[in-house]
Amino acid sequence: MTAPRHTRPKPSGAALPDEIFAGFAGAPMQVQATPGPLTVERAQAVLATVPDPEIPSVMLPDLGVIRGVDVDGDAVTVRMSPTYTGCPATDLMQMMIREQLTAAGFATVTVDLVLSPAWSSDDITAEGRRKMAAAGIAPPAHRATDKRHLTGTTPDVACPHCGSMATEMTSAFGATACKALWRCTDCQEPFDYFKCI
Amino acid sequence: MTASATDHDAALFRYLLRLGDTSHVLCHRLGEWCGHGPIMEEDIALTNVALDLIGQARLFYQYAGEVEGKGRSEDELAFLRPERDFNNLLLVEQPNGDYAHTMARQFLFDAWNLLLFRGLAQSKDARIAEIAAKAVKEITYHRRHSSSWVIRMGDGTEVSRTRIVAAFEQLMGFTPEFFHMDDIDRQMAEAGIGPDLAALRDPWMADVEAVLAEATLDWPSATWSVMGGRHEGRHTEHLGHLLAEMQSTQRQYPGLNW
Repeated sequence: MTAPRHTRPKPSGAALPDEIFAGFAGAPMQVQATPGPLTVERAQAVLATVPDPEIPSVMLPDLGVIRGVDVDGDAVTVRMSPTYTGCPATDLMQMMIREQLTAAGFATVTVDLVLSPAWSSDDITAEGRRKMAAAGIAPPAHRATDKRHLTGTTPDVACPHCGSMATEMTSAFGATACKALWRCTDCQEPFDYFKCI
Repeated sequence: MTASATDHDAALFRYLLRLGDTSHVLCHRLGEWCGHGPIMEEDIALTNVALDLIGQARLFYQYAGEVEGKGRSEDELAFLRPERDFNNLLLVEQPNGDYAHTMARQFLFDAWNLLLFRGLAQSKDARIAEIAAKAVKEITYHRRHSSSWVIRMGDGTEVSRTRIVAAFEQLMGFTPEFFHMDDIDRQMAEAGIGPDLAALRDPWMADVEAVLAEATLDWPSATWSVMGGRHEGRHTEHLGHLLAEMQSTQRQYPGLNW
C-alpha cells in the first residue's frame, strides 16, 4: 500500500538548528560581553548569529544585506540594505543588530541603511540558499539578470521537499514581500519560493 | 543659502510630496482590500503591493522632511496635512469598486509608474536615484501582476469583460494627469531630477495598447478628462473621506508611535 497523499514529506531540514532561536526574546544570548578585542572580525562573527526574522535559519550575512562593518575603538557602524523597500522586518533587523553588538561589548552601535546599490536576490550567498532550501523555502531559481526574469517567464523551480521539477506557481505574492507561493505536482506539497528580484 | 537654492529646495520638496502622496494614497486604497480579496492569493497580492508602496512613500516623505528643513517627520507629512495640501494623482484616490476596477486602476498606474521610476533612477539627485533604482524592481513585479489580470478579465467571461470595460471607461479620464507638467515639474526635469513627464505618454500608450490588445479590448471611448490633484491639491470627493480614516489615529492621539 502506498502512503496516503496527505502524508507530509519530511523537509530535508526538519531538525531545527539551534540558531533558529538566536536573537529572539527568551533565547540565550549567543554572544556575551566577554573580554576580548573589539575588532571588525568580532563584529562580523556577531552578525553571523543574527537571523532574518522571517526566515530564522538564514543569518543576515547569508541574506546579503550586510554591506559593510567599520569598528572605531568601541564604536561599530554596520551598513545594511533592505530586501524590499517596505519590508517590515528591516526595523527588526536593525534592532537585533544593535542588541547583539551591544551584548558583545560595543558601546556605540550605529546601523546605517544603504539603498544603493539596491539589494538583489543574487546577493544571497550559497550558504544562505542551502539554509533556505533546508527550511523548505525554494531559493531563487536563477539570477536577477536572467532573461527569463526580465521577460516575466515563469522560472523552473525545484521542490524543496522532494526535489521534483514538476512545480507550478499558485500565487505571485506570498506570506512576505520576498516570497511567492508554489506547489509541487509530484509530492503535492505547497512551498514558499524566494522571489528573484 | 542663495535665493535660487531656496527656490530649488521648495520645488524639490513639493515634487517629493507628489511622489510620496501618490504612493501613500494608493497604498491605503489597496489596504482597504485586506481581508476582502476575492481569493486569498489576491488578498495577499494587494497587501504586498501596498507594502512596497508605503515603503517608497516613507523614503520620499523622509527626504521631503529633510529638504524642507523644518523638522517635520514622515508621520507629520503623511498624517497631519489637510486634503488641499495633498498632491497625489486623482486616479489613485478613486474608490476600489469591484476587482476589475481595482485592477484597471492598478494597471494604468503601474504602467506609468514603471516609466516614471525608470526616469527617476537616472536622477541627478543621488537620493532619488537610489530610491527609484530599488523601487523599479518592485514596480516591475506589480505591473506584471496587474497586466495579467487585465488580460484575464478582458479575454475572460462575459461578466469579467463587461466589468473591466466599464472600469477602463470610468478611469481613463484620470490618466492625462500623468503627463501634465507645471512649473515645478519643468524645473525638476530641467535640473535632471525627474523625467520629462510629457515624454512618458507615447511609451505608456504603447504599453497599455499592447495589453488591451492581448485582452481583446478596445481603447476606451470616454473622451472626458480631469486633473488637479497632483499640482493644485484639488481633489475628487473621495480623498477627504480617505484621509479622515487614514489620519484619524494620529489626529486623535498626536505624536502616537508604534
